[in-house]
Amino acid sequence: MTALTGRIGHIDWRGPKVVGIVGIALGVLAFWIVLPPVTTRSPLLSILIGILAIFAGIWSVSRDEKRIGFGAVAAGLAGIFFGVLATYSSTTNLSAVVVWSSLIAATLRYATPLIYAAIGGLYCERSGVVNVALEGMLLTGAFFGIWTIIWAHSWAGSWAWVIGLTGAALAGMALATIHAVWSISLKVDQIITGTALNFLALGITGYIFIDKYGSSGTPGNITDYGIPDIHLNFLQNWYFIGPILGQLNLMIWLSWVLLIGTYFFVFRTPYGLRLRSVGEHPRAADTVGISVYKVRYVAVIASGGIAALGGAYLSIGFVHSFNENMTQGIGFIGLAALVFGKWRPMMTYAATLLFGFCSALADRLPTAYGDQWGTLFQALPYVLTIIAVAGLIGRSVGPAAAGRPYDKQ
Amino acid sequence: MSDELLSEEFEETPTPTGPLGGSSPQQNFVSRYGSKAGGALGPVITTIFAFLMAGIAVAVVGKNPLKVYRSIFDGTGLNFFAHFGSYSIRLPFSTQHVWFWWDTSSIAAMNLQQTLLITTPIILTAVALGFAFRCGLFNIGGQGQYLVGAYFAVWIGTSFVNLNPFLHVLACLVIGSLAGAFYAGIAGLLKATVGAHEVITTIMLNWTAIWVGEWLFGQQGPLQNTSQPAIPISNTIADGAKLPIFWGPKLLQGLSIGIFISVGMLVVYWVVINRTTLGFEVRAVGFNPEAARYGGVSVARNYFLAMAISGLFAGLAGALDITGWEYQIGQLDIPVSQVGFIGLAAALLGRNTAVGIGFASLLFGALINGTSGRQLDPSVFSPDLAGNLTTIIQGLVILFVGLNLTTLVSGGVFRRRRRAT
Repeated sequence: MTALTGRIGHIDWRGPKVVGIVGIALGVLAFWIVLPPVTTRSPLLSILIGILAIFAGIWSVSRDEKRIGFGAVAAGLAGIFFGVLATYSSTTNLSAVVVWSSLIAATLRYATPLIYAAIGGLYCERSGVVNVALEGMLLTGAFFGIWTIIWAHSWAGSWAWVIGLTGAALAGMALATIHAVWSISLKVDQIITGTALNFLALGITGYIFIDKYGSSGTPGNITDYGIPDIHLNFLQNWYFIGPILGQLNLMIWLSWVLLIGTYFFVFRTPYGLRLRSVGEHPRAADTVGISVYKVRYVAVIASGGIAALGGAYLSIGFVHSFNENMTQGIGFIGLAALVFGKWRPMMTYAATLLFGFCSALADRLPTAYGDQWGTLFQALPYVLTIIAVAGLIGRSVGPAAAGRPYDKQ
Repeated sequence: MSDELLSEEFEETPTPTGPLGGSSPQQNFVSRYGSKAGGALGPVITTIFAFLMAGIAVAVVGKNPLKVYRSIFDGTGLNFFAHFGSYSIRLPFSTQHVWFWWDTSSIAAMNLQQTLLITTPIILTAVALGFAFRCGLFNIGGQGQYLVGAYFAVWIGTSFVNLNPFLHVLACLVIGSLAGAFYAGIAGLLKATVGAHEVITTIMLNWTAIWVGEWLFGQQGPLQNTSQPAIPISNTIADGAKLPIFWGPKLLQGLSIGIFISVGMLVVYWVVINRTTLGFEVRAVGFNPEAARYGGVSVARNYFLAMAISGLFAGLAGALDITGWEYQIGQLDIPVSQVGFIGLAAALLGRNTAVGIGFASLLFGALINGTSGRQLDPSVFSPDLAGNLTTIIQGLVILFVGLNLTTLVSGGVFRRRRRAT
C-alpha cells in the first residue's frame, strides 16, 4: 500500500504522461457523447473534443512520451470518426445497439476465455517458451470439461462442474506436458510444436466428440448443472452496476482472482522473479542456481491448465454445449491480447476487455445495422495487434529468451 | 557437429529483436528441418509412425485399422497405377489417339483426379512455407495468403466478363498471386523494418483474412452473389476465367491444368533456391543472418523478398483453386479451409526440398481425398471420424518430424546432452 501511495505521490500532474492519458480520455469522450444516454446530435462537439485530444497527444509526443501520445492522437481521430458516423445514424438504432449495462456484461463474458488463455500464455512465455498452442489448449479444455461434467453428473449431481473443471485442467496440462517435453528437453522449435499441438487437439477432440456424441451433439440439459452463476441479489437494485455484476458466472469472478494473483505472483514474489529471469536470461538464472528446466516445465504445464479452464468456461459455463473446433480462434485472440498487453497482466487484461468489447459490439450491431458490420468488428483485435507489434502505439517486445531452447552446460 | 556449434553460439548472444525473442531460433530450425541429412529415411519413419498411432485410434473405436486404411487407399485413386492394360487416349488439340497403358476412365482414375485436385494447392502452400523457411522465416500465414489470393481471383473472375479467356484466366492468377505477395509482404516489411516477429503478424493476418472474407462474401457483403441475397456465396466466375480441364468430366470437377502450374512452380522453387543469386542470399540469411550481413547481404531486403515470394506462391494456390475447380467462394467455406496449414505439414515432412514437398503434398492430398465423405464408405469408417483422423495424423507428423526419430531411438539426443554437461 505504501508503495502505491508513494508512486501516486510522484506523479507529475502537468507531465506529458498525464496529458497524454487525458488526451486518450478525451478521445473516448468524443465518441461517448454521441451515444445513448447523452446522444448529442451535432457532430461539432465531438469534432472539437477530438481535436483537443489530438493536440494533447501531439504535445505529449513532443515531450518524448511517444507511446501514450500517439495513443491519444489515435483515440482523438477514432473519436472524431466514430462520433461523426454515429450522428448520421438514427437515435432508435443507436439505442438498440448501445445499452451500456448489457454491453459491458457481454464484454465480460467474451473477455473471460481470452483472459484465461492470455494468462496461461503469460506464464509460458514469461518462462521463455513460446506458446502458439493456446488455441489447442482452450479447445482441449472445452471438450474434456464437457466430457467429464457429463460423466460426473450421474454421481456428483449439481457439483459436477468441479469435476468438469478438474478434468479440463488435467487435459490441458497433459497437452502442455507434450509441449514442455518437446520444447524444453528435446529442443524442437517451439512454434512448430505449438502448431502440431493445435492440430492434435483439433483432431483428438473432434474424433472423440464424433465417436461419443455423433450427430445428436452434447446433451441439452448441461444448462442445469454447468458452472453456476453467482447471484448477488442485494446488488439488483443498484443503478448500472446491478445488471452488470448481479449475475456473473463464477468463472468471471475467478478470472479476476487469477489476474490479481498472477500480478502479485509474477512481480512481487521470488518465484515470479525466477520465472521472469529464466525467460529473460536463462544462463544468468542458471548461474545463480535456478533450475531453468524445472521452472520452464512448471510454467508450461501450468499454462496448459489455466488456458484449459478458459475453454471449460466456454463449453460448460457459457454456451453449455460443444462443437468441433468451437473455439474458432479465441486462443489466438488470447495470444494477441498477450502481445498487445506487452506480456504484463494488467495491460493484457485491458487488451482482453478491448477485444471482448469488439466481440460484444459485433454481437449487438446486427440488431440495427445488419450482419456485415458486426463481422468486420471481429477482425479488429487482429488488426490492432498487428499495429501494436508494428510499433505505432508503443512497441511490443516480449521476453528476451522466448523461443530459444536452453542448453545446460 | 557444426549445427551443434552454431546453436550453442546463439545461446551466448541473445539479441532480442522481435516480440518473440528475435531471429535466433531460426538457426536451430533451419538446420533441423531444412537439412538433407538423413535423407528420406526420417520423414518416412515419421509417416509410418503417425499412421501407426492413428491406427490405434481407429482400433479404439472398434474398427479394423487395416480394413480402414485399405478403404482410404482405394478412395485416393493411387491404385490407378496398379491397373495396367491396353487403352488409348486422345492427344490434346487433335483427333489422334495413341496407346496408353492405364485406363483413364476407371473409378480409380476419377478418384485420382480428385486427389491431384486437392494436391495442387497443397504443393504451392508448402512451397510458400519452404521458401520463407529457407530464409529463416516461419510463414505460418500461408492460410491467410491463400485466402486473399482466392478472394482476388473471385473478384477478377466475376468482374471482367467479356475479357479474352486467356487474358482473363491469366489476370486471375497473376492478381491473385500478387495479392498473396502483398499480404505476406506486410509481415515481411514489418520483420525487415521494426523486427516484428513474423509468426505473430502472420497469425494475425490469417484471422484478419478470414473475417474480411466472411464480410466480403456474407449476406449484403460487397462480393456476395447478385441473384440470391439469402445465400452467403460469391458469384460464379465467368467461363473465360476457368482453367481448361484436361482429364475427367468438365461438369464433375475434372482435373484442370492447374496441377501442371503447381508442379512447374516446384521446379521454379528448386531453380530459384539452388541456382540464382536471390536463392543464395535467401539461404545465406536463413543459415546465419549475422554472417550474411558481414558478407554484404542485405538481411532486411531478403526478409521482405522471401516473405513476398512466399506469399506469391500461397496466393497462386488460392487463385488456382478458384479458377481450377471451385469457381466461387462461400462464406461458410472460409473458416474451415485448412490448405495453408496442410501445406505447412507437407513442407516440414518434405524437409523443404522440392522433391520432398512434391511427395509429401501428394500424401496429404491423397489422405484428405481418401477420408472425405464422397470417397470413404460410411459402413467401413465414418467419414466424420476419418476427417479428424487426418487432422491427428497431420499433427503427429508435424510433432515428430522435428525429432530425428532415428537418433532418438539410438539415444543420440540424450547422449549428446550428457556429454555436454
